[in-house]
Amino acid sequence: MAENDDGITKKFLDAVEFRGVHRRDFLKYCGATAALLGLSELYVPKIAAAIEKASKRPPVVWINFASDSGCTEALVKATYPNAGDLILDVISLDYNETVMAAAGKQAEEILDNSKKEGGYILVVEGGITTKKGFGMIAGKEFLDIFKELAAPSVAIIAVGSCATFGGVPAASPNPAQIIGVSEALKKTGIDKSLVNLDLCPVNVEMLTSVIVNYILLGKLPELDSFGRPKIFFGQPIHDNCERRAHFDAGRFVETFGTKEEALGYCLYKVGCKGPMTYSTCPKTRYNGKINWCIGAGGPCIGCAEPGWPDKFAGFYNRLPDVKGAGLEATADKIGAAAAVVTAAGIAVHALGSAASGRMKGKDDGGEK
Amino acid sequence: MARITIDPVTRIEGHLKLDVEIEGGKVKDAWTSGTLFRGFEIFLQGRDPRDAWHLVQRICGVCPTSHGHTSSMSMDEAFKLKLPNNGRLLRNIIEGAQFVHSHILWFYHLTALDYVDVVSALKAQPKEASLKAVQERLKSFVESKQLGPFANAYWGHPAYKLPPDVNLLAVAHYLQALEMQAKAAQISALFGGRMPMTMTSPPGGVTHVPTVQDMKDFFFRIKELQNWIDNVYIPDVLAVAPYYLDWAGIGKGHGNFLSWGVFEDASFDPKKRFLPRGAIFAADFPKVHEPKREDVAEHTSHSWYKDSKPLNPAVGETDPEYTGYDENKKYTWSKAPRLNGKPMEVGALSRMLVAYASGQPTAQKLINGTLAAIGHAGQPQVLLGVIGRIAARALECKMVADAMTDWGNEIVENIKKGDTEVYTPYEIPDTAQGAGLWEAPRGALGHWIDVAGKKIKNYQCVVPTTWNVCPRDDNGVRGPIEEALIGTPVVNAEKPLEVLRVVHSFDPCLACTVHIIHPESNRIMEFKVS
Repeated sequence: MAENDDGITKKFLDAVEFRGVHRRDFLKYCGATAALLGLSELYVPKIAAAIEKASKRPPVVWINFASDSGCTEALVKATYPNAGDLILDVISLDYNETVMAAAGKQAEEILDNSKKEGGYILVVEGGITTKKGFGMIAGKEFLDIFKELAAPSVAIIAVGSCATFGGVPAASPNPAQIIGVSEALKKTGIDKSLVNLDLCPVNVEMLTSVIVNYILLGKLPELDSFGRPKIFFGQPIHDNCERRAHFDAGRFVETFGTKEEALGYCLYKVGCKGPMTYSTCPKTRYNGKINWCIGAGGPCIGCAEPGWPDKFAGFYNRLPDVKGAGLEATADKIGAAAAVVTAAGIAVHALGSAASGRMKGKDDGGEK
Repeated sequence: MARITIDPVTRIEGHLKLDVEIEGGKVKDAWTSGTLFRGFEIFLQGRDPRDAWHLVQRICGVCPTSHGHTSSMSMDEAFKLKLPNNGRLLRNIIEGAQFVHSHILWFYHLTALDYVDVVSALKAQPKEASLKAVQERLKSFVESKQLGPFANAYWGHPAYKLPPDVNLLAVAHYLQALEMQAKAAQISALFGGRMPMTMTSPPGGVTHVPTVQDMKDFFFRIKELQNWIDNVYIPDVLAVAPYYLDWAGIGKGHGNFLSWGVFEDASFDPKKRFLPRGAIFAADFPKVHEPKREDVAEHTSHSWYKDSKPLNPAVGETDPEYTGYDENKKYTWSKAPRLNGKPMEVGALSRMLVAYASGQPTAQKLINGTLAAIGHAGQPQVLLGVIGRIAARALECKMVADAMTDWGNEIVENIKKGDTEVYTPYEIPDTAQGAGLWEAPRGALGHWIDVAGKKIKNYQCVVPTTWNVCPRDDNGVRGPIEEALIGTPVVNAEKPLEVLRVVHSFDPCLACTVHIIHPESNRIMEFKVS
């Protein structure tokens, strides 16, 4: 990175040094963000300057509804930037019940104040219970709280599969009648920009990238028909998987913990949902990029997809069992001939695209 | 008499409402209320049992691994699977990493702000450059007038006792600890794929044979964590303790402690687990009783369910009926589990006391050393309460981190000898029953599974925070947190900082708490709000 070639960078670095931020770390996360957003390295100083120049860190109100706080956990495990830098330098995390110092009355005062001032990014974690009495904070129903918070916000980011489309607690028969944010917006008649960051839990690098994108360009990234950033949810996991070559060559793990697994063979036959799941997981990875599900020999369970988990129930069953496309027989023959391999690959893709609603151009945003 | 409602209780997981009555500057009575329902046991029914261990991790994003492991253990038992030795060790490491991350996060980010006055740190006069830099950063943060998560708190409250220099050090370590807990989670991810929501511990063992690179990445990180725990976390606890010694007797509770035991031994005997199984009643330390799963019963007279006699989870009956908040009748979604009819405190203090009383040598050494350091040699009873819970988590964090290195070395030795077995394959039997009884960082965790026709027929969980945050039972006996609050001093009812200290000392996790099902009809009742 040509960090001294640019006047802005130099000036910026001086400012950063003054603030006691480690410059290498700071540029590293600006770089990581640029990469995730698909921007060239030239943008690194611009990102840095945008964060630095902002007269005010963008206020963020983070509300937990029917969640397990796994996305908050993902937030505090952020690496580039780490949670401390994120909270002190990038955003103003004005409300998050898990980390905030204030409690009870004082916490409510903060929320009241945020609503009065407006202009915050609303981050929603967890689905919204619509049965009366099933979810309450300070005596108020979740849906009423959502309505009050959504209206004054500048934009909403739904983090994790519960907030986007209901997720695990909305699994059939959805005992608490939980809905995702897009559904809740329809129900309350509020019109607001919404970014859906699927995955369970959210990949925090996607979240910070969306926020930095907003700081930098003053807008949200381009979205797909499910309201998800195309840059993160545009390609099947299968296409970028590190085990892909083994799939193409017909080398599969038949049983966990075997030599084949150690050799990094494909997990398709032990239930991997990578071919039908659209996400940049293989590139974004988790926990400071140290690993990801398939990297550790854990077949993808499809948590990036609307309709999860019901859509992929039977996580360890081979994909064809989901809709019975006759692929099973083909997969068993994989490796016999290159032509067969290619055909199988295409079939899996076609199935993935159809199930994700992309081939039909489905645009309901909230498949249930 | 003053009355305070704290809703939401923050710096915990989930949705908790707390009501306390204050008389003469002290808490006279208390009521805890869980306010969210999701219904895991219901949607698990009819599913492929192998999916359960993934789904139940979503009960709690803070301790997903414990729920996953307990679920897989219930199936290990139900399907009669013998875990390969490396499978046992790898699960211990994945679980251990979660204990380490959870305890660091709890101390520095959830409870520390009850003792550390962040604003006072601005008055410190640090000599060290690194502390000066932190203070400078804090100053520019405060000057930005955007205080984020530090806004509108109880800064300046007379119950804050630390001098400015110690407060500044704690702020510096708050930031360091954010990185350290993330590093511990990286170990879970190394062997589990990601954290939260690990991917590699299905029934039968683990899916992945560790590579040389995995082991190298593991040892590098655990070494750094061990150093940090020994040189920062434990010294911080010891540095803060002298300023809060008057808190030693506060937050005692019933003195009943339960641990199902955690970190499996090669013998698979729960009494020989690294942190062993046992129960202590009425703070009678030398006596460790063996807790039996059939001696657990859940009471519902103060919870939003139709009254029934106390029942064991295996035959549990739950008929939900929301009748509004009424402290004299029903006031929470949490049921009241009892062991031999007694309310039981669960968590690190319970595990460490059971280990201590069972003669676990490391626990004895660490606890005796700590008691001597705070001037109470030979008096383990001073650990009952808030200070003991803080100390127990720190010591347990060290014990677990040290043990993880040993487990890692064992794996390396096994692999060297050619033993790479990590998983036992199986077919799902047509019918099977089993239970996993384990520990999450927050305490005793039990999952019960009943399989019929290769599908889940019934699934039940009794989780840590249900034990701790439960309401009164059929005999009117308070739950552990309610009881622990009695006698807590409150100098300013508008700013009940002391009450938060007691509640936080239990590290409540409400997402875990609320579970309901009607086993006969398999349906949820319609709720009416009065």
